[in-house]
Formats: sequence, structure tokens, C-alpha cells
Amino acid sequence: MSTDKPAKKSPPKPRGIRQSMSDLHIWTGLLVGWFLYAMFLTGTVSYFKDEISQWMRPEIAHQAQVPDAAVVAQHVADKLRTEAAGSPQWSIGLPDARNNVVSAFWRTPGIEGRRAFQSGTFDPVSGDKVAGRDTGGGNFFYRFHFQFHYMPVLWGRWLAGFCAMFMLVAIVSGVITHKKIFIDFFTFRGGKGQRSWLDAHNALSVFGLPFHLMITYTGLITLAALYMPWGSQAAFKTPAERQELSVQLSAFITPAKPTGQAARLAPIEDMVRQAQARWGRDNIQRVNITLPGDAAARVTVSRGDEGRASVSPQYMLFEGSTGKLLETKDSVGPAAETRGVMYALHLGRFGDTATRWLYFLVSLAGTAMVGTGLVMWTVKRRQKLPDPDKPYFGFWLVERLNIAAIAGLSIAMTAFLWGNRLLPLDLPRRSEWEVDLLFIVWGLALLHAMLRPAKRAWIEQLWIATAALALLPVLSAFTTERPLWRSLLAGDWVFAGLELTLWALAALHALLAIRTMRHSPKPKPARRAAAPVATTATPAGEGA
Amino acid sequence: MNAVLHRALRVGPLLSRIVAAMFGGYGLAALASVAALALPMSKPQAVLTGMLSSFAVFAGAVVWVFAVRSARRAWAGLLVAAVPLGLAAWSVWRGGAAS
Repeated sequence: MSTDKPAKKSPPKPRGIRQSMSDLHIWTGLLVGWFLYAMFLTGTVSYFKDEISQWMRPEIAHQAQVPDAAVVAQHVADKLRTEAAGSPQWSIGLPDARNNVVSAFWRTPGIEGRRAFQSGTFDPVSGDKVAGRDTGGGNFFYRFHFQFHYMPVLWGRWLAGFCAMFMLVAIVSGVITHKKIFIDFFTFRGGKGQRSWLDAHNALSVFGLPFHLMITYTGLITLAALYMPWGSQAAFKTPAERQELSVQLSAFITPAKPTGQAARLAPIEDMVRQAQARWGRDNIQRVNITLPGDAAARVTVSRGDEGRASVSPQYMLFEGSTGKLLETKDSVGPAAETRGVMYALHLGRFGDTATRWLYFLVSLAGTAMVGTGLVMWTVKRRQKLPDPDKPYFGFWLVERLNIAAIAGLSIAMTAFLWGNRLLPLDLPRRSEWEVDLLFIVWGLALLHAMLRPAKRAWIEQLWIATAALALLPVLSAFTTERPLWRSLLAGDWVFAGLELTLWALAALHALLAIRTMRHSPKPKPARRAAAPVATTATPAGEGA
Repeated sequence: MNAVLHRALRVGPLLSRIVAAMFGGYGLAALASVAALALPMSKPQAVLTGMLSSFAVFAGAVVWVFAVRSARRAWAGLLVAAVPLGLAAWSVWRGGAAS
């Protein structure tokens, strides 16, 4: 920032707080901006991860009505008796308005740690294993947004936490930088190069500020046990003490010691019925069963997300062998409830469709906030370049990475969905290939961004993204039995909604492409966004 | 050689601040999360309170480090904040060892 200023400033003069916060904002933002952009965009689409997952399994019929959780749980539990024989722990995620399959996982006997779990997808009606294509579904975007890919999960989560912490600092310093944060929100000077970028960045940031702050902080909270384990380590010495904490956080109970005495599980259906009477027919999230087949078996039936904005555990605990209700847990301590609410605010699962769309849109604004911030870094420095055609290496690198990170990511994410429709169904490791395809395309986008002139690269990639998004419903019409018109006629708003959204996103990319093409800075008809207006009048406190 | 030294002297305070922000800030936040155990509430609630608030401490520390006039002040501020937190955390540690 200081290099941008005319040299007349005498160097040792102490700088004001706005200036130092502005520097802090610029550099924290730039350093992790590309990661943050990807985290934001993949996180944004994750608000519809269940719908994306449904779209990526077109073989599984649209579910017009949520099946009865009690019946489904019984079916799948019966199936798990053979499927997961000998396992000390089953967990059955029940279908709901947004999920047309049952996602179950179970512990493999004799193995400890993360690898100990196996999972399967089941048909809610028949209870059989789902015979759909092998796909990562919307879950890939969800996982990527906090742990990335091709690296150990823990590294990815630490990296995400590092970026989120930078984001938090960038938000706080960004607010301090703005003397007139409220006025800035109502200021938009269009068609003025750097000014417009700054105003857009301000408007997007201020509009969503409470959301951005909330989503960043609560994001850190979701993985707080990983980032800040020290309190827990200092407080708890024994597994029993640690157990006191974990019952405040999750409905997963650890299996007790098996008695070795065989006892048939009482009907799960009856237990779920009792929970349905308490929380509502379609408001049952999960059934956990420990030590099935043993006399010490326990069953928990946990409440769904509807009707409360918290993920803190609420469940009914039953004795497995008799089906007797042992405990109804519906509250946790105040700090645990605070955590539960923060976590739920991040996930946004409690909301109805309208709320989820609001989440999506504000989160998209957050993505655009990061994106405009990244672009502004180059716009601001471009005017100061002695020769815009031969920028110094750092500028060149930032500019090219911006293209691949922003326009390239749109193409890559769309390629993931194309892969879902085009990869042969019997391809080994198919779901991994979907992901590989995303990264191959993203790599090609980076290569393209480095080889082409910057403005051309922006325009070309934005058009490619437009085409890829717009043609995806067409491709789907040819490769599945569920073309858009049929979905519309059948009232299948999962498929129709997703494909119409793809078209809306295509329109957005086309708009960006056209704006980039039309933009011709007056003095030099060279590249994008080389702002013609000399903005030496930028007040020191406003540089962003 | 002189030029290198000069450069190092100029970059030094900035590096010092970056270290103070990242490691000092995290250290302070971690200390605060342990100090929270001294709060008069049950252990699981105290642990969670510390965990939930630690990131605000972290962000505040980073802003402080870059807001003040010199790197020395930045460190001094972190240390001043660390003293009461350290005392509280120390009492918890001692208490934990005794019980």
C-alpha cells in the first residue's frame, strides 16, 4: 500500500490505525484469498448439497413424500444385521424432505480410529443397498470446503482453519479501515474502474457483514476441538471425564462393555414411533444402535433439524433388548447450547427452502466479496505499472491466479457435474474420477490463464463457464431419463430447481463475460479494468 | 553487506509483528481457553466457553499487534494480557494436579 502513495510522504511518520488496518486487510486478504474464494464458493453450493446429491444419482426416483421414518429405520436395521454383522455400532441417517436415500455407517469390529467405519446408501422403501452410480455427490463440495482434497484430512482442516482465521482478521481490519462504512454501502460509482471495484467490494461486504462475520466465526467453531484442544486437555484426564464433554456435543453414545449374552433387538419401529410422537413424523434425523444383538444394546433416536436452530444433541435413549425408554435428553448446558446454535447457524439446515436460498445468496455475495477483493489488488496496481504489458512477476502471478481461482473454479466445478453424467458407469474408482476430473480441468484453466493475455483469458474462461453451465441440463436430458421438461411436468423441484439454477448461473457468467469484453479503458485499449481515472485522491483510510 | 543489514533492520520489526500475531496471538488464545476453566461453572461448560471465545481473543490480538506503533509495544501488550490469563491457567493446572 505504501508503495502506491506518491513519494512525497516523509517515511518515518507514524501511520494511523486506518492505514495499518488497511495494510493488514490487503495482505491477509491476498495471502489466503484464493483458498478463501474456493472455500466460500464450494461452501455456498453446499447449502444445497442434498439436492446436488440427488441430482447426481438420477437413477433414484424423485421422492414425492417423505417415507415414514419408523418403517425405514426398521427396514435398514434388519438389513444391517447381515450387512454389518458383528459390528458394535450402527448409525442410520434417515431420509427427509431433501434426502431420498438412507445413509448409514457402522464400525468394523476390531479396527480403531477413522478407518474403522464403513458406510452404505440404502433405499428407504425396500431397505436394499442403493444401486445408483458411484458418485461423490454434493458431499464432495461440502468436504472440500473445510478440508480440501489430495491431502491428509487433518492438514486440510488446519489449512482451512488458518484461512478462516485470516478471514476473521480481514473482516475486523476491513471494518476498522472504513471510516464511513454505512455511507460506503450506499455509494456506488459505476463504470469508474478502480472506484467501481472498491464500491462493489464495499457494498458486497457491508451488505453481508453480519453474515460474513457469523459464518467465519462459526466456521472456526465447527472445528474448534481440533484448533483449540488445550482447555479440554487441561480439564479432562480420564476417558470418563472426556465423556462428560462429548455427551454435551453429540448424540453418539459409545458402546458399553458387551455382556456376551445374546438378546434380540426389540422393534426399532416402536422406538422411532415414540420419538415421532414427541418431535413430529418427519423430524427424526438418525437412529444409533450400539451392541446390537447383545443384552447391553442401546438405541438412540435423535431429533431432526426442524423447529430449532441448534445441533446440540436431543434424543431418546432406549434399552435395545426390551425397547424400554431409559432417558429423554432435550437440553445441554448453556455453553454447549451456544455452541450448538453457532454450529447450526453455520450449517443453515434448520431453515426451510426460502431460508436456504437466502443463505445461498448472501453466501454468494461473500464469495463475490472475496473475488472483488482479489481483483481489486491487481486493478489498483495496474495503473502504477510502468508498462502494463510487462508487469513485474508478483503482479503477473496474482493476476493469473485470480483468473484460474475465480473463472477457472466455475469451470472446474461444472466439470465435476459433467463427469457425473459422462464417466462410464462401470469405471473403477468412478467417484474418485469425478473429483480428479475437477482438478484436471482446474489445472488446465490455470495453464490457460498463464498462457493467454489476461483480459482474453478472463473473457474466454467466463464464456467457457457459461457454455458448460448452460449445456449441462441439455446433457442431462440426453444421458438420463429425467430431462428438464419432464421434471417440470412431474413437479420434481429438486431436478428442475437445480437445472434452472444452472441456467441462472450461466446467465451470471455471461453477464460477467460481456462486461469484461465491453470494458475498454480510455487511455490504453489494452486490458480489462485498467482504470482510466487517476485516483490519487483516495483517502488513506479507504484503500481496501 | 551494509545494505543487507539495513534491509534486515527494516524488515525485522515487520517479521516480529507477524510472529507476534500468528504465534503470540494463538498462544494468547490457547492460554485464554485454559484460563476459562477457572470460571465458576461445570468443567464441560467451562471448556466450551474457553473454546468458543478463544478465536475472538486471537482476532483481537492480531489487530492489536498491527495497530500499535511499534513491534515492541505489540509484544508488550500481548505479555500484559498474558499475565492474568497465565495466572488463571496456572491455578487450574495446579488444581488439576492436586485433585
